[in-house]
Amino acid sequence: MAILEFRSVSKTYDKMTHALTDVSFSVDEGEFVSIIGPSGSGKSTILRCINRLVDATRGEIFFDGHDINRAGKKEIRQVRKKIGMIFQHYNLVDRLSVIENVLHGRLGHKSAILGAAGYYSEREKENAFRILSKLGLTEQAYKRCDELSGGQKQRVGIARSLMQEPRLILCDEPIASLDPSSSKVIMDHLSGINKNMRITCIFNLHQVDVAVKYSKRIIGITSGRVVYDGAPGQLTKSKIHEIYQSNEGELITDVG
Amino acid sequence: MSKLAIAEQAPVSLDLHKYMRKSRGGKIKTAAMSKSGIAINLTVLILAGLTVYGFLTFDYKNINFAEAVSSTASNAKVLFGSPRLKYNTLPGALSALFTTFSLGALSTIFGAVIAFFGALLCAKNIANPIAANVIKSAVAFIRAVPTILWVLIFTVAAGLGSVAAVAGLTFHSAGYLIKAYAESIEEVDGGAIEALSAVGAGFWQIVFQAIVPSSMSHMTAWTFLRLEINFTTAIAIGAAAGAGGIGFDLYMAGSHYFDLRELGFITYVVVAAVILLEAAATRIKAGIR
Amino acid sequence: MSGEYMEEAARPQNQTSVFVKRKRTFTLASLGVMAVFAISSAVTHYDVIGGFESVPAAIIWIAKNLVPDGRALSRLPNILRKLTETALVSVAVTVCAGICAFFFSLPGTRTTKTKPQIARAVRVVAALFRNVPDVVWAMLLLFSFGQNILTGFFALFFATFGMLTRTFIETIDEVCDACVEALYATGATYLQTVFQGIVPCSMPEIVSWVLYMIETNIRNSTLIGVLTATGIGAMFDLYYKRMDYGSASMVVISIVILVIAIEIISNQIRKVIM
Repeated sequence: MAILEFRSVSKTYDKMTHALTDVSFSVDEGEFVSIIGPSGSGKSTILRCINRLVDATRGEIFFDGHDINRAGKKEIRQVRKKIGMIFQHYNLVDRLSVIENVLHGRLGHKSAILGAAGYYSEREKENAFRILSKLGLTEQAYKRCDELSGGQKQRVGIARSLMQEPRLILCDEPIASLDPSSSKVIMDHLSGINKNMRITCIFNLHQVDVAVKYSKRIIGITSGRVVYDGAPGQLTKSKIHEIYQSNEGELITDVG
Repeated sequence: MSKLAIAEQAPVSLDLHKYMRKSRGGKIKTAAMSKSGIAINLTVLILAGLTVYGFLTFDYKNINFAEAVSSTASNAKVLFGSPRLKYNTLPGALSALFTTFSLGALSTIFGAVIAFFGALLCAKNIANPIAANVIKSAVAFIRAVPTILWVLIFTVAAGLGSVAAVAGLTFHSAGYLIKAYAESIEEVDGGAIEALSAVGAGFWQIVFQAIVPSSMSHMTAWTFLRLEINFTTAIAIGAAAGAGGIGFDLYMAGSHYFDLRELGFITYVVVAAVILLEAAATRIKAGIR
Repeated sequence: MSGEYMEEAARPQNQTSVFVKRKRTFTLASLGVMAVFAISSAVTHYDVIGGFESVPAAIIWIAKNLVPDGRALSRLPNILRKLTETALVSVAVTVCAGICAFFFSLPGTRTTKTKPQIARAVRVVAALFRNVPDVVWAMLLLFSFGQNILTGFFALFFATFGMLTRTFIETIDEVCDACVEALYATGATYLQTVFQGIVPCSMPEIVSWVLYMIETNIRNSTLIGVLTATGIGAMFDLYYKRMDYGSASMVVISIVILVIAIEIISNQIRKVIM
């Protein structure tokens, strides 16, 4: 069953720049999809249209029964509650503790006042510790986030999104600022979450090889248009060059 | 989702409790304990306490607060709502404005020249540490004396007139700019200075070949910022010390003629000039960079 | 990039023109400064030579006259009382203006995604408060409040409010962009995002700016005091006009000690919190 559907979605910034043109695709529950494409091709606009961090200009987006583009403020909050998001630069509140950052995932579930005051129930806190232990971060729980390494910060980001009990996790370049070994740890965690918890994951990825290795489906985007949508096995060299609009030998990543 | 729900019902294992910090009531703590966090909380607490203490101890002289506020509001409406000139003419106001600007410009130029040499003597990376400390302390002293006091002191010591105003403004400008310039110079890449001294360059060659080119844009930015400050301070000094210029016109309109509408007109002239100066400074800074 | 590089390599005379251009800019700038200097001196009837001569004369005068004497010492308790009042006013003004400016600056930030019209309105209001000279506020308030401590309080309040609003908008946009986006994405409300995201991440910068403004406001309140005949500024003015230079110098020294003390404490706090 499709959990997310894009129907000819377009986005223009300042009435001039076309970020997305006529994008249509649908994602089934439990899928692990990677979106690849050159920088500025509109990858992160797609992700941000799903949770309305960016408003699409035209077209329809359906997520779990919600018509995203027509949703009011309250409904958007309901939608965002069900969607976790992980960022390239982790986007944590650096001066708060790890556990406080993880608990931020509960804000959407709480009343405005309790959340603003930073009041969480014991059960939520225990749950946060449980999630941290799964990600191997229990010892860091009371450290401030600016004391952590990049890989650890990204695991806090994952923990925060898991705290939301999401149906879908959006990953915006989750490993672009990490070294290869931390990147592997992060990708393994996310793919484990996808398999064991049946949470749908949509990735923006720079690294074609990583996308091919982990995902079951790849969507290629070039200047705001979908130019490839299929299994990683069928992604040929020439197709990759078409996505990146490059010539033979110009790309560092070459798929064997 | 379902697995998470199951996990939630299971009791938390003992070794997880080992990592939790509990409050006396047995609740799990969440905050990080860091030196900076404690310092921020303490600072905020002390400032809040001082504020409350201040409000409780101020001598309000039994003022009728509500009445004063409402009459201020209606005065503000007259001031900003219906400006016009009566005792002054527009050319007169503009020429007074130009005088004030000139006071600001003169003191900025003097301040910048003094500060350039002062900064060379106290920038950590090129100066003698003892001389640097002496100058830095003197500069801290000069900056701590409010500009208005410098001006008042100089009016008696040197006689009323532009000399007193410029001297007063220059003291504070130089103090401010020495600190700012010294910080710009300290940011200059040590390698460039080392390379030049390695080929046998003298002090002034190092200054003009390495330091000036690389800290020029910073210094210019600081100088223009100071020009803006000097301009507004020159207005205030004109009003408070009778040093002339548009500030004196403001003072006359407000405290001599008690003419709100005149005060309003001059205020608009001043605000326009400040905004214009800011825009011009931004333009020139961009051109130099 | 590579195209530009090629072009420069092909035409070496380009490089000399950079130096010529720099020299020309330098010459133009010097000429400009000299012109401004000449015009300004003419407009203000500034006597350049007299100006230079006045400084040593003034310093000798200061050294002779501005020395605390016995009478000044007997006035010290009074001076200190006024000084405490001025310090408390500066703290109270800056704290109140800081709190108001924080909440007022929120709709002016890019980060919080308010409507652009509202953001622009906030910036215009802040610019107005910042650019209206504090002496104008002082004189306006003098009409209704008279020679009251509140005249100085509100005059400083308006100017500080404008200044801090602009600064906080820039700070919040710079420091909090990322975490605000993340909190919105979890479904957090505006209020939650402000208190769980913006407050913790901008607090060090905000405290640092407030400390800086407290120091500035002590100096500014001296000026406002001279103008409105309140506070420590009026006290200096009074002694000075009575030619009681010993007591006046005591006032100056006490202000200097206070300002330097605040500067040192602020710097220590900044070192720990930043």
